[in-house]
Amino acid sequence: MSKLYTFLKYFFITFWTVFVVAPFLWAVSTSFKDFQSVNSKVTYIPWLDFEPTLEGWRVLIKSPAKGGVDIVEPYFNSIFVTCTASLISIVLGTLAAYALSRFTFKAGFVRNNDITFFFISQRIMPPIVLSIPFFIFLSTIGLLDSLLGLVVVYIVLLMPIAVWIMVDFFNRVPKELDETALIDGCNPYQAFYKVVLPNSIPGLIVAGMFCIIFGWIDFFFAFILTFTEVQLLPVKVVALNSSITPWWSLSASALVSVAPLIIVAFIVERYLSKGNLSGALK
Amino acid sequence: MNLIGEKITYKPDEQFHLNDVSFNFKKGNLYTILGRTLSGKTTLLKTIAGLLNPDQGSISFEEKDFIKIPVWERNVAMVYQQFINYPHLNVYENITFPLEQRKLSPEQIKKDVDEALKTVGLVGFENRKIQELSGGQQQRVALARSLAKKAKILLLDEPLVNLDYKLREQLREEFKRIFSEGLSQDTILIYSTTDPQEVMELNGEVIVLDEGKVLQKGPAKEIFENPSNLKVAEISNDPPMNVLKGSKNSKNLNFENISLEIPNHFKNLEDKDYNFGIRASEIKLDENGEEFEIELAEISGSETLLHLKRGNSKIIALIEEVMNFKIHEKVKINFNANKFYAFREDEKLVSSPYGGTNG
Repeated sequence: MSKLYTFLKYFFITFWTVFVVAPFLWAVSTSFKDFQSVNSKVTYIPWLDFEPTLEGWRVLIKSPAKGGVDIVEPYFNSIFVTCTASLISIVLGTLAAYALSRFTFKAGFVRNNDITFFFISQRIMPPIVLSIPFFIFLSTIGLLDSLLGLVVVYIVLLMPIAVWIMVDFFNRVPKELDETALIDGCNPYQAFYKVVLPNSIPGLIVAGMFCIIFGWIDFFFAFILTFTEVQLLPVKVVALNSSITPWWSLSASALVSVAPLIIVAFIVERYLSKGNLSGALK
Repeated sequence: MNLIGEKITYKPDEQFHLNDVSFNFKKGNLYTILGRTLSGKTTLLKTIAGLLNPDQGSISFEEKDFIKIPVWERNVAMVYQQFINYPHLNVYENITFPLEQRKLSPEQIKKDVDEALKTVGLVGFENRKIQELSGGQQQRVALARSLAKKAKILLLDEPLVNLDYKLREQLREEFKRIFSEGLSQDTILIYSTTDPQEVMELNGEVIVLDEGKVLQKGPAKEIFENPSNLKVAEISNDPPMNVLKGSKNSKNLNFENISLEIPNHFKNLEDKDYNFGIRASEIKLDENGEEFEIELAEISGSETLLHLKRGNSKIIALIEEVMNFKIHEKVKINFNANKFYAFREDEKLVSSPYGGTNG
């Protein structure tokens, strides 16, 4: 019985690993091919099956004037928009979450839970419903097709995630911890940044990770709210797909666009494996 | 120079958490607040600490209006029943935290912390993480932090309740030592608990709290000997004092078809109906006694608790040895009439074996 279990366990782990890793290997291999090696016959292994070339990668940094696609600027645009929006969302979201977790708000029939739900409800709506209001809003204030406009929209999209994760986290931090800090001579602000915040690092990491992922992978709003001035990476990658699909540079750009997420995952994984995310607070 | 509370009322919802509570705590004394769960003990301590503002009433300390002073400037210390420490700091940093907050000199901090660590017996644990400590040790850290602060008001909110039996006994002994040695004459110590035994052992001034109301104040011995009413008698005894509805006539005490000779301290009592109170430990097994039916027998440590029934009366007897009983078995017991309390119909004490009355 246990042998069968072990066998099945490893079988599925192997199966899943292949399932997840194979597309990556395919993309890596394809990115070094040219038109000839893609279209002639099925090939996998460089040097053996086909002659590898860096052309697919070179195109990405060549300017359009020289026949390239230049994803460098969109790349940094994406990093800037994602990081700025995530940072602002985390800072504002954490403060909002702390307030929602610790203080009681009453305004008419509105209570804390209603406010929390209001934040989360921003994510319940399908993005397409939000696209028209966002478009009109940004064009009214003149931020259409600009980095600042995208940052504003991404904050709206990311802050609910931060609030949601942090409210849940703060609710599990005993209120007595804040009270002890107050008794020990901290004013409420000191209690927050000297005691509550240092103990919330696991929550902040999780919230930050989700914000970065959701900000980075967004295609829809980046597509609708930008035209020529500003381009974000996901839009640029999709735009590569012209009449003849350049599989090699498409693979290369896909790989560079997931690279930051892989780095984030590795950093967070270190925290996960240390058990720091399970929380020191019981 | 005392800590004085007057007519403190706190009613955040439908129920009173504190109802017209007044007190006068003097420096250098130990006060225990005895009450069941949800009787308002924690609320009272939090009000004194400044974490809650009462709806009505006043608190003054050293002739200053305490309510106007925010928590972080009150110079109080509090130990919670949950083991609350700062999880991101080690043991040493946990204890220095309030001292650094007060910007004391590093030499002073070192001296105070070392002293506190010694008092609670945690020397050598300075660099441990809080999560690596046992519950008892965590509570010691919390106590050390409170002691190192040398606060003028030290609040302990059921500090032993979350510990296991053995540790509780051990820490309770140590508390007695710490309170007598480790505290200055300037300190007011307020200790809340649900456990009557803790109250008796700490032997301070007691406030009995129930549903936010003060039922009785006085020295521990007085509360034990002369509980002012039935509620206090229940709260201040574990197991709670047995209550038997009965009456007194010129010759006998009568309850549940049992007649007892009138004890000396009942001689001047009016002949009428009473609630008689008798402690579980004053009921003995006796071949010639009265017959009761066993509803439940619990063995705890070296004692047996018998839940007995006769007619409409249910009582608990504490037998000081381990015995096996069958449920629904009949046993014969004897009451020590000299230890009977008499409470009026309105539950006020009229006569106690220790001579106290309420009129």
